[in-house]
Amino acid sequence: MGITIRGKVFVVDDNIDTDQIIPAEYLTLVPSKVDEYEKLGSYAFIGLPDRYGSFISSGALKTEYPIIIAGENFGCGSSREHAPIALGASGVRVVVAQSYARIFFRNCVATGELYPWETEERLCDLFTTGQEVTLEGDRCVIVNHSLGREYPLRSLGEAGPVIDAGGIFAYARSTGMIPLRSPQSAG
Amino acid sequence: MGMTLTEKIVARAAGRQTVEPGENVWVDVDLLMTHDVCGPGTIGVFKREFGQDAKVWNREKIVLIPDHYIFTNDERANRNVDILREFAHEQDIQYFYDITDRADFKANPDYKGVCHIALAQEGHTRPGEVMFGTDSHTCNAGAFGQFATGIGNTDAGFIMGTGKLLIKVPATMRFVLNGDMPSYLLSKDLILHIIGDISVSGATYRTMEFTGTAVEQMTMDERMTLCNMVIEAGGKNGVIAPDSTTLDYVTSRTKVPFECVHSDDNARFFSDRYYDVSQLEPVVAKPHSPDNRALVRECRDVKVDRVYIGSCTGGKTSDFVNAARLIQGRQVKVPTYLVPATQKVYEDLFTMKLNHQTLSEIFLASGCIEPSAPSCAACLGGPKDTFGRLNEPEVCVSTTNRNFPGRMGNKQAQVYLASAYTAAATALTGFITDPRDFLT
Ligand code: SF4
Repeated sequence: MGITIRGKVFVVDDNIDTDQIIPAEYLTLVPSKVDEYEKLGSYAFIGLPDRYGSFISSGALKTEYPIIIAGENFGCGSSREHAPIALGASGVRVVVAQSYARIFFRNCVATGELYPWETEERLCDLFTTGQEVTLEGDRCVIVNHSLGREYPLRSLGEAGPVIDAGGIFAYARSTGMIPLRSPQSAG
Repeated sequence: MGMTLTEKIVARAAGRQTVEPGENVWVDVDLLMTHDVCGPGTIGVFKREFGQDAKVWNREKIVLIPDHYIFTNDERANRNVDILREFAHEQDIQYFYDITDRADFKANPDYKGVCHIALAQEGHTRPGEVMFGTDSHTCNAGAFGQFATGIGNTDAGFIMGTGKLLIKVPATMRFVLNGDMPSYLLSKDLILHIIGDISVSGATYRTMEFTGTAVEQMTMDERMTLCNMVIEAGGKNGVIAPDSTTLDYVTSRTKVPFECVHSDDNARFFSDRYYDVSQLEPVVAKPHSPDNRALVRECRDVKVDRVYIGSCTGGKTSDFVNAARLIQGRQVKVPTYLVPATQKVYEDLFTMKLNHQTLSEIFLASGCIEPSAPSCAACLGGPKDTFGRLNEPEVCVSTTNRNFPGRMGNKQAQVYLASAYTAAATALTGFITDPRDFLT
């Protein structure tokens, strides 16, 4: 869990569902295709209500906010893996929320696309979009440089090593659950 | 210490005597379902990880169901169905419910429609088994006493290659629904009521088991509505113990042997909630959350622009029968969209009769829009040309399952989730209306 990342936060509140993360009209994009993966990223959070402001500036493919701060039940709704993937493809590395919907959390872990950290404290009421923070995975803290304060994160527990490994396949190979890739299939 | 129904299924699939909530165990999968939205990505993951020439773990245990974006001219959507077809042929997948002629769905005898209802109808939902699907409403199948839950493409790709998945054993919340159902209440009202009580995250990581005399009296259609929406409370799976109603339904649709399991008397439940259904009233979930519950009669002033009856939650045969009971002999005041979940439900509209009129005759005589081809349609918005999609910021009463912003299309549209009775009563007045105004 060595990830340390510094950057600007984008703040949302409770029950951000998968239709707000990536609306259904974009689900025809297939995440395992490289160009469509990029495109998915460019639509990340396009379903959010306008009051949150824009997550990706118009014309850009990537966001300037690598860290999302959220309230309760982030990622509720559909099982679409397009949701964590759209965020990951847009340049998000971590989400820090009070809690997650189960399938979204699981998809973050399985794909290794995002680190879904949890906090006790309701950071979405304390942080504002654009503030500069550093998240230190080793120490399980997030430091808000604008507020000059740090806040504890809950340990990622058993999910941490899976994301570190790069997702469920890499993890299952490292533990011998499935065979290592043969050279010709590694394409 | 005894085990719950869900714990027993997971234990069996993990090859263990017992399991405890919170444990992580590898389970053997009995069935994997995927559709046109997540299938291509799942196939992509499978090939990337297991190789271009890899074979799926079991060609008889994978069900491919095109259902989401079918009747559209969107090229990528059409391509995605082609990807499923190519894969089904390459791997000789036994169950692929194909559609080739989009102009006339009836010309495609294999085409079913909405996956969760198709799975039930084709005998794929069996007590005691473990099913994963790349769709959050896979929990629908819990109505048959099965462990069924939604997963993402990566997990599904993993199952395609191995037939296994690592899961955390969920603790079970028990919901005891006793009493006689009033004539104006449907199980949709019950589940909206429960979600209103426990919130959209009230069952996160847990099983919701429904039991009690009201559940015992329910048809399979009504039981499915309960289990279908456990995901709207964050639940991992919903489950109802199999009984003679279950067995009648399942054994008439499959020859595959299965084993029924039940919760032990001394099983441990995370919580117990009791409801006397005879005391409950019709409810809606107001915009923009399935737990934003209100009594229908409290929303009488809400003027609506359209009514939508469809989806895996509210587009089953019984939903149309219920709607027709109110609508027969009356005129609808707002555009009313009817989307049968499956081809079978569509056929039922033309063969089932109430007072000598077919359901479709009843709907057309009342001014409803002609029933559309079976699919997910506007339940999840979809491409702009999708039937029933809310392209404007309209107010809609819908028998579907989600009303988050933008779910049915426009971000400003207001969606009220309701039972088929409430939807039909609302169609007749143009305002949100309690079915008791019409059901005497
Ligand atoms: S009908 Fe709606 S909820 Fe059901 S599977 Fe289709 S999109 Fe999902």
